[in-house]
Amino acid sequence: MREVKAEQIKETIKDLFLKANFEIGSDVLEMLKERKEKEKSEIGQAVLSQIIENDIIASNEKIAMCQDTGYAVVFVELGQEVAIVDGDFNEAINQGVREAYDEGYLRKSVVEEPLFERKNTKDNTPAIVHLDIVPGDKIKIAVTPKGFGSENMSALKMLKPADGIQGVHDFVVETVEKAGPNPCPPIVVGVGIGGTVEKAALIAKKCLLRAVDVHNSDERYARLERAMLEDINKLGIGPAGLGGITTALSVNIEFAPTHIAGLPVVVNICCHAARHAEAII
Amino acid sequence: MGKIIKIKTPVTTETIRELKAGDNVLISGVIYTGRDAAHKRLVDLIEAKEELPVDFDGQFIYYVGPTPVKPGDASGAAGPTTSYRMDPYTVPLLEEGIKGMIGKGLRSNEVIEAMKKNGAVYFGAVGGAAALIAKSIKKVEVVAYADLGAEAIHRFYVEDFPVIVIIDSEGNNLYEIEPPKYRAI
Ligand code: SF4
Repeated sequence: MREVKAEQIKETIKDLFLKANFEIGSDVLEMLKERKEKEKSEIGQAVLSQIIENDIIASNEKIAMCQDTGYAVVFVELGQEVAIVDGDFNEAINQGVREAYDEGYLRKSVVEEPLFERKNTKDNTPAIVHLDIVPGDKIKIAVTPKGFGSENMSALKMLKPADGIQGVHDFVVETVEKAGPNPCPPIVVGVGIGGTVEKAALIAKKCLLRAVDVHNSDERYARLERAMLEDINKLGIGPAGLGGITTALSVNIEFAPTHIAGLPVVVNICCHAARHAEAII
Repeated sequence: MGKIIKIKTPVTTETIRELKAGDNVLISGVIYTGRDAAHKRLVDLIEAKEELPVDFDGQFIYYVGPTPVKPGDASGAAGPTTSYRMDPYTVPLLEEGIKGMIGKGLRSNEVIEAMKKNGAVYFGAVGGAAALIAKSIKKVEVVAYADLGAEAIHRFYVEDFPVIVIIDSEGNNLYEIEPPKYRAI
């Protein structure tokens, strides 16, 4: 067994949340620049310039690119030959989040209970942790601070198998249309197809960890991603919803085996502040 | 693109009536912040006919929950939050004399009607441009509900704070005017 100290997990989580909140990925930045050149709306171009300038300031000055520094979502692929020693795994993750949000002057946006008092936990914990046990002796950690302007515009639909490709396509485009300006376009659209209710949601969220310039490795799904993106960018919503041909930067689909009677689809929307970071221990 | 207009708060109804959807506006002076929890408290006070912690007459309210201020900086990151969550609380605040709201995203018809009646505008700031917007905020103070943390009511002293008029006091709505021009589906 390879031993990894809980402390090291904590440090990694902390670094990743700081990095994700300050530095937009080069994939997103390059895509924003490319789309700005192509944008037909003058207002849309001005909005994209502001976003690009914003992201550069944030990364140079180490301040949050967006004030909604998100709910801390963590994906861990834990190699089965790793033993975590000298501490509690979950606590190490939460402590990493706590320190990142405190030391990075990030906003604490978590309430401990959703309905009655909605009291802020004041340290942005607990994190949401998705754990996978995999072969090997490494730990892969991917984090995404998820903003709720876009999370709130997400949707789930249990389609019929007969609804097929067109049904999925239409549901995705309609969800983006309904969201309009609210999720801070240009957006990244995560689409989870198949599985069960929670599996579809989980893989839709995973889509948001993928770079915006990478397509699904299955050519059929990659074609679907392109077709959806094309239709979404014909909606006219544009940057900040003020009109234009840049409503989304990318559509990322993940699929999973599903039941003979079902076709679950989850659309998880992320804003242009498509923050994610990963590391391997 | 629309004109660039500079205004200073507090404003009069006449100033507001001159602003048109699509105008780029640079705001200087004071703006107040407030989001979900603060709105709820304000409206509870209005309903109980009690005094508000701030005189909103002629003022603007910015829907934002900023990040904490880093030592040496004037402000934390402070971009707009989605406005529709404040819709259920907005009409009574417009009746209190608020002349402008700054946020992002759609508003309800009820809010738009109350804006027309009271002479108010809805400005959009670019969502997710929080670090850039922070540059125009020169000083930040908490004026009420400190217990709410990021959701407390803050007073921002701003210089040339960049916004665009989304819905003007006649109800013209940039979200309805611009996107159809680029729609091709
Ligand atoms: S949707 Fe994204 S960019 Fe917009 S305010 Fe929320 S976190 Fe920021």
